[in-house]
Amino acid sequence: MLQILEESSASQGFSKVKRVWLEIGELSGVEKEAMRFGFDVVMKETLAEGAELEIIDLPGEAWCMPCSKQVKVAAKFDACPICGSYQLQVTGGDEMRVKELEVE
Amino acid sequence: MSGQLTPNISEYSDSLEDKTMCTVCGCSEGETTIDDHHDHNHQSSHEHTHDYGQGPAHAHAPGMSQARMVQIEQDILGKNNQYAAANRNFFSEHGIHVLNLVSSPGSGKTSLLSRTIEDMQADFSVAVIEGDQQTANDAERIRATGAKAIQINTGKGCHLDGHMVGHAVESLKPEDGSLLFIENVGNLVCPAAFDLGEAHKVAILSVTEGEDKPIKYPDMFHAAELMLLNKIDLLPYLDFDIEKCIAYAQQVNPRIRVLELSAKTGEGMDEWYQWIVSTRQTALIGHPKQIA
Repeated sequence: MLQILEESSASQGFSKVKRVWLEIGELSGVEKEAMRFGFDVVMKETLAEGAELEIIDLPGEAWCMPCSKQVKVAAKFDACPICGSYQLQVTGGDEMRVKELEVE
Repeated sequence: MSGQLTPNISEYSDSLEDKTMCTVCGCSEGETTIDDHHDHNHQSSHEHTHDYGQGPAHAHAPGMSQARMVQIEQDILGKNNQYAAANRNFFSEHGIHVLNLVSSPGSGKTSLLSRTIEDMQADFSVAVIEGDQQTANDAERIRATGAKAIQINTGKGCHLDGHMVGHAVESLKPEDGSLLFIENVGNLVCPAAFDLGEAHKVAILSVTEGEDKPIKYPDMFHAAELMLLNKIDLLPYLDFDIEKCIAYAQQVNPRIRVLELSAKTGEGMDEWYQWIVSTRQTALIGHPKQIA
């Protein structure tokens, strides 16, 4: 994440990051508390020291093959809530991305 | 996630001194970096600068400070994926068939690999990248078979990443058309998320472990194409339920293939070799260098 910030700082011409918006999907396997803890530690003495971390939660979604339907899932390898099948293809909610920054 | 871990690569057959720069990432001084590439690629098209105020949710008043919003839209693992893609291109160009072996510590990866090399090296050139937190013991065990091996010590890291593998390949110099095995750090969690540029991930589970590991560590078994159930010679002494284990694996990954084998007695090893040969042949169909 720090590398992404540093590269953007060069290409977008800013020197300080004040706030970072992260999109974290429900199925991405990210522990948000661990992310917050690690964020503060990693960003020390960098262009993002003291920056605030905003986490945007994205819901888990999957395509159920037997139902031919889009369904909501809370965990990556859950069964389909409608038919109980495990033949699901995750279609959303596995994101782990830096969405935007407030910089100066 | 933040800066790259610096891999500690140790190798005995080949000096690292002649490695002056990384052709993939150019991470030594004064060379083009992979970042330059990417600025010309897709990423720059996603980066737009917006001055002041992105909407009510972000609640900052236009004109009140020098702050501005920058849209990034970059995946955190995107960097690793770029290294992995570069590795994959290299492997494809040179017809190198790469298998990423993942398991918990103690599943018998290195023994399985030693036997595999002994049985296959008459037909194929084989090279190995060994990943462990510390020691070069595994690479030494592999070199004892006569195959080329390089050890990556990840230090505090719990997995190999695309960048480390790119460097290891530069030093190892696997031959065109060879088989390259990457023995990942023994860990069923993190290596699932890091693409190294391999053709397939192969998960190894030994029957001395719990049969419910596939649902306890689902990401790994979801990412693997093949599961090897190792140490089946010990089954008479254990309560391991093979049927249940396979059902669990198929629950997290309906397309996973499962082979039962024992690296010690050799039982079932032929099917494993056939799987390697057939996936390699499929990958090499139409290869311009006509590697067979």
